Amino acid sequence: MENINYAIETNDLSIHYGSFTAVKGVNMKVERQKITAIIGPSGCGKSTLLRAFNRMNDFVPGCHVTGKLLLDNQNLYGKDVDPVEVRRKIGMVFQKPNPFPKSIYENIAWGARINGFKGKMDELVEQSLRSAALWDEVKDKLQQSAYALSGGQQQRLCIARTIAIQPEIILMDEPASALDPISTLRIEELMQELKKNYTIIIVTHNMQQAARASDYTAMMMIDDQRAGGVIEFDDTKTIFTRPGDKRTEDYVTGRFG
Amino acid sequence: MKEETLNIKPMETRGFRQFNLKKKLRISEALIQGLLFFAGILSIFVTVAIVYELGKEALLFFNDPDVTLGKFFGTTKWQPGIGQYGIWALVSATLTTSSIAILIALPLGLASAVYLSEYATQKMRSILKPILEILAGIPTVVYGYFALLFVTPILKTIFKDGIQVYNMLSAGLVMGIMILPLIASMSEDALSAVPRSLREGAYAMGATKLETSLQVVLPAALSGIGAAVIVGISRAVGETMIVAVAAGAGPNFSFNPLDAAETMTGHIARISGGDLSYNTIDYTSLFAIALMLFLVTLVLNLISQWVVNKFREQYE
Amino acid sequence: MNEQNRNYPEGSAFYSELRKRYLTATIWQTLFLSALVIAVVSLTALIYNVLDGAFGYVAFEYKNDPAEFTPTPIHELTKEELLVILKEGLSSGAYNKLDNEQKMEKRSQSELYILFLERLLQIDTKATWSMTDSLTRGDEIRAEVAEKYPDAELEFRSWLTPQFLTTPMSSKAEFAGVRTAVLGSLWLVGIAILFALPVGVGAAVYLQEYAPKNWLTNIIQTNINNLAGVPSIVYGMLGLAVFVRLLETLTSGAAFGVTDSNGRTVLSAGLTMGILVLPLMIINAQEAIKAVPDSLRQAAFGVGATRWQTVWYHVLPNALPGIMTGSILAISRTLGETAPLIVVGASTFISLDPDSPFSKFTALPIQIYQWTTRPQAEFHAIAASAIIVLLVLLLSLNATAILLRNRFQRRW
Repeated sequence: MENINYAIETNDLSIHYGSFTAVKGVNMKVERQKITAIIGPSGCGKSTLLRAFNRMNDFVPGCHVTGKLLLDNQNLYGKDVDPVEVRRKIGMVFQKPNPFPKSIYENIAWGARINGFKGKMDELVEQSLRSAALWDEVKDKLQQSAYALSGGQQQRLCIARTIAIQPEIILMDEPASALDPISTLRIEELMQELKKNYTIIIVTHNMQQAARASDYTAMMMIDDQRAGGVIEFDDTKTIFTRPGDKRTEDYVTGRFG
Repeated sequence: MKEETLNIKPMETRGFRQFNLKKKLRISEALIQGLLFFAGILSIFVTVAIVYELGKEALLFFNDPDVTLGKFFGTTKWQPGIGQYGIWALVSATLTTSSIAILIALPLGLASAVYLSEYATQKMRSILKPILEILAGIPTVVYGYFALLFVTPILKTIFKDGIQVYNMLSAGLVMGIMILPLIASMSEDALSAVPRSLREGAYAMGATKLETSLQVVLPAALSGIGAAVIVGISRAVGETMIVAVAAGAGPNFSFNPLDAAETMTGHIARISGGDLSYNTIDYTSLFAIALMLFLVTLVLNLISQWVVNKFREQYE
Repeated sequence: MNEQNRNYPEGSAFYSELRKRYLTATIWQTLFLSALVIAVVSLTALIYNVLDGAFGYVAFEYKNDPAEFTPTPIHELTKEELLVILKEGLSSGAYNKLDNEQKMEKRSQSELYILFLERLLQIDTKATWSMTDSLTRGDEIRAEVAEKYPDAELEFRSWLTPQFLTTPMSSKAEFAGVRTAVLGSLWLVGIAILFALPVGVGAAVYLQEYAPKNWLTNIIQTNINNLAGVPSIVYGMLGLAVFVRLLETLTSGAAFGVTDSNGRTVLSAGLTMGILVLPLMIINAQEAIKAVPDSLRQAAFGVGATRWQTVWYHVLPNALPGIMTGSILAISRTLGETAPLIVVGASTFISLDPDSPFSKFTALPIQIYQWTTRPQAEFHAIAASAIIVLLVLLLSLNATAILLRNRFQRRW
């Protein structure tokens, strides 16, 4: 039971598109109820790696994964693992807000319903919206289309619908990159709130955001074969103040490139 | 070419030059632009001509003292030669055959579209789409042959004497097959236009492929699918050859698919194919029917275009 | 939070529910696929139906006994023998008439043989069978013929023959061909394209390259999209009112000294078809022009070209494959459309080749319609043969279009 504190562990995880290796040999242990940030220059495979965590890469033709990705000692890429169950346990918030073309209420109720939720739906909707700090803004217009909300509100709605299905881990793929600074701040505050109950892994290209909001940081970089890899993984403070790798130092201090 | 380049003098020896940048009248350019504009505007003339010519003859028909709007829309026998002007005798057949066609084409077309857009592998798509294209390209008179000589005999063995040789069921069924590719390809366009991010959002909630397709992608594409259905209805209402061959030759107010009856289009084809003299009530009545057809399909097409444009805005 | 967790099925409960969800998914997926299977089956059935009709057993009798004309078995007759038989058998008036149409000596053996069958033996078809019946119930058919038509001969016949393509109409299915119909269709295609190609491309160029963004352009564009959805029979009515009736002096050729025709000419029908395919032509040409990248136009403008020079030397050449594909689609449409031709008055029985825009005409789909609606089975057989001719024409056209598209398609 040595890994009780870890939500997810990778073991020499590599991701390939056909014969091309996009991400190579990743070993990381993601701690429970902490925020882990993945940073690195564009095209280094951050999103690819994140999407591997809940098997979203399954939908990319020709994409396959080698190595192990362990959740509770089960390899998520094992033969008998059901990807639908994986995604139910590991939720995801995307770069651009993508609410469903339904009402605000339905956006949250839908995921709960397909996953066989048996409790009181109204309560679940309210509680999820409250957790996402959105309740006060939308409580009077729950039946309106989600598209009527602002971008920041839409993104919080996407977080709310993810919370509603009670995942173990929430993956966030640059969740604030399409938002204005105030909305970004609110999302970051929300993340601090959420980590009491969830493990969060976030991809970001905004280093201030990583420094501000995360507990651990993984630094990714591509090698000379254009395959991305984690070159350093440590707690955020170390990464930003005393990085062990020269490339990390160059990157976090803005000298990269 | 070579000489010309040689003729260019060095800048300093060219001397003083004044540029004339005033607008020049280029006659041939203007002429061409005029011709192109005429080509562009010609399509408007076509519409005007349709409305004018159909309207003119239809007006002659309605101005006949014997024809009243009450008779036209209020009775169910159509025989202008002997003073019967009940358009419902023809409209009933158009409604019946079109309804059967849509009942066939909508579920099949939509299901095909969902399969092609959400499930089919690249390879399957490359086989199945050309088949739909071939189906869409077959002339309707060939479908007429198919209806009369393939589908009708089969229906005859099922319904025995309950069905007439010419019947609306056979025509409607085959019309459904004819419209299927149209609805399938338009719906597939609408489904493919739904952004990937929406599908990913659904998958990330632990949805299966079916739940994603039916409960997220399909509702998102609904207006595009609606447009497809409207265009399909418009095609069914305007389709002539299948009904002319297989549905029956003679107006008959009936909604029973097993009966023979003549649609508006079928009636125009049969009467105009015979010896038709101008300035008779038979002649003008055809224009009245054609005008109705034109207006109905026009409204349907306008609605579908409006729906498609709305839909486009949604994701742009 | 833990309270709420119990509201979701966990562990084995979740899995049993997931199994149910997957089962539903499989059922639906099967339904989706079966819709496509139905489409494929329909297409197969249609093609089978047509082939089934075009080949099969035929029971026929000769009104006159072949032995009256010649002792040799009729299949072995040479051209010379046939000439002699025809000269003797036919009345001199009838023979001279045929000779005037085309010199008897110049006709081929098979043409003379058909004349022999038609004029002298006077073949009479008693019954026909479909290909499936002929192949599976051969013995029954033979027994049936022996019983019902003791004098009849039974022959497995392909109704689609080289003669079918080269002979004109006939009132007897056995001797009818699609020559006049195919020629009529070609005339229609020629006239329609001659009208629709320049006008369609012109309109597309205007809309894409010249038209300002204003209400008029908007109306033109909406109008074109609407015209594309107008039922073809309405175009037929337009053609009847405008080309056949209003412009009769022009379309009948009366203005050009042609005296023996009315407005129901191949010219009227061709123009009607031209207007019918115009929206299709414009929309396709617009797409092709739209696909030419702006950088090309800017490059041309940059070296001082006028707008028309830019269009003529750069835009149109690059849009050409797309325009050609559009033209082929328009040609296919012209070949297959039937309803407007009925309305503008295609003749149903014509044995003379159309030789001018002012000729009366018939077309391939018109013949298919005519023959399909006849009650006699032998006419259905030639309708099926004509359908094969039409479909082969259309398929080869479409294949050309696809080849064009693949060959010239440029990725910008």
